[in-house]
Amino acid sequence: MQIQTNIDDHRIAKLAAFAIALHMIEAVVPSPLPGVKPGIANIVTLYVLLQYDFATAAWVSMLRVFASSLLLGQFMSPAFALSLSGALLSLGALWLARHLPRRYFSAITLSILAAFAHIAGQLIVVRLWLIPHASVAYLIPIFAVAALFFGFINGLITAKLLYNKTQLSAPDKSVPDSP
Amino acid sequence: MLSSSRSHKPAFSHLLAGDWLTIILSAIIIAYLFQTLWSHEQAAKVQIRIGDKVHAAYDLNQQRDIIVHGAIGDAMIRIGQGKVRFAKSPCHNQYCVHQGWLNHNGQVAICLPNQVSLELIGAQKPYDSLNY
Repeated sequence: MQIQTNIDDHRIAKLAAFAIALHMIEAVVPSPLPGVKPGIANIVTLYVLLQYDFATAAWVSMLRVFASSLLLGQFMSPAFALSLSGALLSLGALWLARHLPRRYFSAITLSILAAFAHIAGQLIVVRLWLIPHASVAYLIPIFAVAALFFGFINGLITAKLLYNKTQLSAPDKSVPDSP
Repeated sequence: MLSSSRSHKPAFSHLLAGDWLTIILSAIIIAYLFQTLWSHEQAAKVQIRIGDKVHAAYDLNQQRDIIVHGAIGDAMIRIGQGKVRFAKSPCHNQYCVHQGWLNHNGQVAICLPNQVSLELIGAQKPYDSLNY
């Protein structure tokens, strides 16, 4: 018996593998503050959303969350719940934000909004389940600063990747050889 | 002059008008979050609880030592012009004394063995973290 796969499945698998690899790299890099991570795997989600469509991005993001938690041995643990809630809310934010006019809003805006949604999702789980105490509110500003900073950096990288991609497919002829 | 302007666009030219708007709005929201959630307002009063009931509330603008009778003995609470601390406590580990001076709105010092707690309150209470 063989599962029938098409070209879209192969593309999703390839992109998800790339996202999982980034997630693994990040998992071994120590963080100065527990819970604050750059979220470089989200670059892949964002890139896929802008290059392909929302459904592909959602597949890549969800596969990344599930496969990474299995690889790290965190499946069904609090870390997995945080990762999943963050990814789901971040996809929700992207689902809404993709309707923003591309002329004025680039990948950077999408990335920042997704990062804010990500920490919102995580903090909701922390507040409702892990630390059911009002003092969690003190953490919100720190996580919000981290979200803005890393959201901006990830967005910049995504914008750069998309720009390079368009340059490769349509090279700019007007570039002078030497100054 | 700058080589980056020849072959590829410099990084910041990827930012569009809407991106700047997002960044500025986010920064404003974050500043507001810091202001509301991290209120470093000076406290006006200290509320002392013994067991499950409020013993008394004192104004912080005075120099005064208060002796309270806790579950295991007498604790001395010192108020010193805008700040307050446990000065002496009959408890074994002395965590409450080591916590030192408190002066911000919402701060608390709790002595579990003696069942005495201090909570600093301002003109209006930010929120009740002890009863929550």
